[in-house]
Amino acid sequence: MNNRGYFGELWFGSKSLLIGLNVTIREMFKPIVTVQYPREECAITPNYRGHIELVFNPESDGCDCIVCGMCAKACPSGCIAVAGEKKEGEKRKVLTQFTLDFTKCSLCGSCVETCPKGAIAYSQDYNIAGFTREEFHYDLVERLARRHQKPLAAAAGGN
Amino acid sequence: MPPELLRMIIAAVLVVAFVFLNAMVLGYMERKVSAHIQRRPGLMEVGPHGILQLLVDGFKLIGKQLVVPEGANRFLFRLAPILSFAPCVLPFVVMPFARKLQIVSMDISLIFILAMTSINVIAILVAGWASNNKYSLFGTFRSVAQAVSYEIPMLLSLLSVILMTSTFSLQGIIAAQKYYWFILVQPLAFIIYFISGLAETNRAPFDMPEAESELTAGFHTEYSGMGFSFFFLAEYANMFTVCSIATVLFLGGWKGIPLPLGDYTGIFWFMLKVYGLLFVMIWVRWTYPRVRFDQLMTFCWKYLIPFALANLLITAVLVKLI
Repeated sequence: MNNRGYFGELWFGSKSLLIGLNVTIREMFKPIVTVQYPREECAITPNYRGHIELVFNPESDGCDCIVCGMCAKACPSGCIAVAGEKKEGEKRKVLTQFTLDFTKCSLCGSCVETCPKGAIAYSQDYNIAGFTREEFHYDLVERLARRHQKPLAAAAGGN
Repeated sequence: MPPELLRMIIAAVLVVAFVFLNAMVLGYMERKVSAHIQRRPGLMEVGPHGILQLLVDGFKLIGKQLVVPEGANRFLFRLAPILSFAPCVLPFVVMPFARKLQIVSMDISLIFILAMTSINVIAILVAGWASNNKYSLFGTFRSVAQAVSYEIPMLLSLLSVILMTSTFSLQGIIAAQKYYWFILVQPLAFIIYFISGLAETNRAPFDMPEAESELTAGFHTEYSGMGFSFFFLAEYANMFTVCSIATVLFLGGWKGIPLPLGDYTGIFWFMLKVYGLLFVMIWVRWTYPRVRFDQLMTFCWKYLIPFALANLLITAVLVKLI
């Protein structure tokens, strides 16, 4: 018990009740903060960690991947598979396959950190849902090509 | 058909229709106000701004199966919702919506309304007892204790007004507020009545019989479909009754700025005042947390009843002297 006494308690209680009512009535006339999700979407912060995606380099009109395999080695879940081939007359390997099994990925980001060329980055994609497991086995080379088809790449690169 | 009988049938249909409409309007208001207090949009999907949501809810409840739990007293279990709903309709029969909009004018209207609203406690008692569920029974215990306590300050505060008007007729009380509303001379009685009214209708912060976080839903835990809807309708009808008594006794009833056809359009001012008070009830519900049971009892017996008694005594002395 406190020592406010009978009338002190009454006065203190009534005052705090009125303060409470004042708070809620003022909240009532403030703007609504709900985002009606499927119809409206929130802006995603730049450092959002989605699944990884190959970075498009407009100068080389492709990705910077040198098929060193560092990302596949760094991945603790073993969900990245990289393959490339060296063509006649080319100096370096060309990426032919980069797959991500997103069902196993724990979004630790080790692949992005270890990549010596900065060729992979987090995507902003969060609307991910599917009916089969295979839908989350991403072929990143194909996704890169889909995002940057030739006319689009020319417009983005400015040449 | 004699005209008086026809009038009674039309009135009965209108009153029941009004109870359902009132529940829909209040249900919508409650959900919208609570949403805006929490800075949500609330109902938005069914109809413009979700205005048809309560209609959809009503159809859903009608379509549901009525489940009687095992070991329950079947007769009492089915009786309780009707026992709760029927007396809640009756106060509307004597409600003075406007000077000439009153179905029956009785000299004892106020006593009639208070008697009818008190029956709700018996319905809760029957519902909780017949459900054969410990949570229902706990809700019932609390409800009975609460109702017994809060009837006293409620009646004492109303008695102060009755001493001033020396009539139980609602039209008579409104007529007595010719120059000023009684809230100006009886503010304490108004506050005590309103608090007791909150407790009487089991509204938060006094919703101990329901107390969904402790007792799942209290006395109506086992009810489904229309059984539940009847309790829901009764709660909203009771809220309306409590607020309309407050309007009649303290806020001048249907009196306001005169409108054309004043004998009938007084209903506008009446509804405005009643829904204003109902808004305060909803506002209070979404502001305060539920009180503990001992706090509920302490507040009633140590604060409300002494103050109501003192108020009554002072009123009696002043009425005698003036």
